[in-house]
Amino acid sequence: MSAVRSGTQAVRVEQDVVLARQAARKLAVEAGLRLVDQTKLVTAASELARNTVIYGGGGDMDWALVEEGGKKGLRLVFRDNGPGIPDVKLAMTDGWTSGNGLGLGLTGARRLVDEFSIESAPGAGTRVTICKWT
Amino acid sequence: MSALSQRTIEAIRKNESQLLASWSATLDASGASRDSRISHGEFEGQTREFLRLLVAGSSTGDAASIASNEWSETRGFLEKLSRSRALQGFDSANTANFIFSLKRPLFDLLQQVYADNAAELAAQTWAISELLDGLGMHTIKTYQKSREEVINRQQEELLELSTPVVKLWEGVLALPMIGTLDSQRTQVVMESLLQRIVETGAEIAIIDITGVPTVDTLVAQHLLKTVTAIRLMGADAIISGVRPQIAQTIVHLGLDLQGIVTKANLADALSLALKRSGFHVSKGG
Repeated sequence: MSAVRSGTQAVRVEQDVVLARQAARKLAVEAGLRLVDQTKLVTAASELARNTVIYGGGGDMDWALVEEGGKKGLRLVFRDNGPGIPDVKLAMTDGWTSGNGLGLGLTGARRLVDEFSIESAPGAGTRVTICKWT
Repeated sequence: MSALSQRTIEAIRKNESQLLASWSATLDASGASRDSRISHGEFEGQTREFLRLLVAGSSTGDAASIASNEWSETRGFLEKLSRSRALQGFDSANTANFIFSLKRPLFDLLQQVYADNAAELAAQTWAISELLDGLGMHTIKTYQKSREEVINRQQEELLELSTPVVKLWEGVLALPMIGTLDSQRTQVVMESLLQRIVETGAEIAIIDITGVPTVDTLVAQHLLKTVTAIRLMGADAIISGVRPQIAQTIVHLGLDLQGIVTKANLADALSLALKRSGFHVSKGG
């Protein structure tokens, strides 16, 4: 998988979630994703960006337009230096939340994209990578 | 202490017209005074007034502390100036340039006056530089504040604009939502809708989300809460404008919207609302 173009966008405060979403939409269009896939990716980005702000205390979104074997795609990495997730398996359970949301953000995001990976440990921050292919 | 000496102030006063001319020339060169948003006469009046205040302030006040009382008139003038610049849509560099472009003419003047005394020239140049920097900074600060006021006002206007609750039929209200549903706006939306339900005694409220680009779990949570509140008031809620891509996304997110009546578009929602209210629509003729 090779990156055609990449960049980073700050996700620090609530308003940045909107900006991250707009950036994701623009990039998804550029990557050539279909409307349904655009919407799915943007929704996943919205969930993860909000997690970064609310639970991670703010962080960054790295984006990359990628190519592999004639397929094009968009990869987004949300990373923060927040408290981290003590039990990743528990966090990846539908309906479980440490805040007061619906508990569907992380699991929903995983179902909305083609590739999903999460790295987190207490005190080491959280890093979620998602990718959607055409 | 870095005050302007009597000799400097005297020199500025004596060469006022020459200073004004070269200041105008500097502003002209940067294109600042040839803007259609501000007339040449207005510009000239502002430069003359500022120079007068500068002399008046320097005669009594300390150039290093523009926050003191002696400079209050000058500060007032600059605040008025930057506020009007902000409202006219000038950028901050343009606004600050008004002050900073006076440096050149003043330094030239000092060089002539203190040609025989290098130490005094350096001291006075420093004093004037410090004074103009301070005043320029003050201008930018005020400019920034004025812009923030403009933005705040626009935000409030947007908040109002984005929540029109419309009456579609006797007993049927509709709320066309547009844009991002962040929590503050949803709060306003919910309040105005519930208020209108009380006022009109409506039995059905249609929330149209055609203009909402992204429905994620937070937006869904807000919608669910609004629907619950509407039901608690004895009315029914219909969510319309669920586009295909939004529908598929909601399914994958795992959101449970069961028990909520949803329709693809506003027309379908209205037709359902009319049926429930006992109205029959038929083609005339």
